[in-house]
Amino acid sequence: MSGIVTETQFHVLAVDDSLIDRKLIERLLKTSSYQVTAVDSGVKALEYLGLLDDEDTSTDSNPVSFTKNHHEVEVNLIITDYCMPGITGYDLLRKIKESTSLKDIPVVIMSSENVPSRINSCLEQGAEEFFLKPVRQSDVNKLRPHLMRTSGKREEDHQPNNVVNKRKPMEECMSPDRTRTRYNDDLEL
Amino acid sequence: MEVDQLQRTFHDYHASLFNEGFLDEQFVQLQQLQDESNPGFVVEVVSLFFEDSERLLNDLSKALDQVNVDFRKIDAHVHQLKGSSSSIGAQRVRNACIAFRNFCDERNIEACLQCLQQVRQEYLLVKTKLEALLRLEQQIVAAGGASPM
Repeated sequence: MSGIVTETQFHVLAVDDSLIDRKLIERLLKTSSYQVTAVDSGVKALEYLGLLDDEDTSTDSNPVSFTKNHHEVEVNLIITDYCMPGITGYDLLRKIKESTSLKDIPVVIMSSENVPSRINSCLEQGAEEFFLKPVRQSDVNKLRPHLMRTSGKREEDHQPNNVVNKRKPMEECMSPDRTRTRYNDDLEL
Repeated sequence: MEVDQLQRTFHDYHASLFNEGFLDEQFVQLQQLQDESNPGFVVEVVSLFFEDSERLLNDLSKALDQVNVDFRKIDAHVHQLKGSSSSIGAQRVRNACIAFRNFCDERNIEACLQCLQQVRQEYLLVKTKLEALLRLEQQIVAAGGASPM
């Protein structure tokens, strides 16, 4: 790394409809010295990222909302819950990956349910990691390489962005509980 | 009471909550997130859990009282409660929620009512214990000791 005088803080956008989980993830991220913005829905996340009104072509801001022009908002990573009312974490992930300006932002999914098909769909859609809740410090420690990789010089597409969009219907959020095996321990990325 | 004695009481009580299955490893994770820069973190999260749980238990009561019971709604509430109890390490509440959801799937009202009672009971138990634990912490700090959390 070249001689940077001050350490730039990475900015993480956390999305979760549960207040408790938002507090938790915020605290976890802050102890890792990340700057955190936490929102309670996918819609608010899209608004924050400037994706809500128009894909990438909106030049005038929506006078009503607190939509920020996404060029002003610098987000280095998005971590989102999967099961949320309104748009799910998966939908959010898809929209981000379909956006020309935002597709390179690493996205991590969190879920309380260990459903292999769900995990695979998210990974295929471009999620970097899938964390089982409750998320721990050891999970958050896995974020750094993803942040480091997308900072500074952009390398060639390291993720298969041209994956055919699998529009198979997503199974419901409320699925039967499985045994709580820590899937992400076996995850090799 | 002497600080040392309070500390010992705390330590023993804390250990018992784990031994008896009221709390699991996740609670320890919470404690680790508390430090001098965030001295009230555990209290804050636990208080949120209390508020959240009481709201959800009320909603569940009402939902099961309806003429036409909406099991999807009930399942959604239980899912939320399961999530928050899991996030703070309230193991027995979480397990009661898991059982509850199975009966939701079966659309069995009687069983759901019993489950609700079970969940409420476990919640009240862990609430009492957590309040006692937090009170001990307060006493230690008030007596000049360092927070054992």
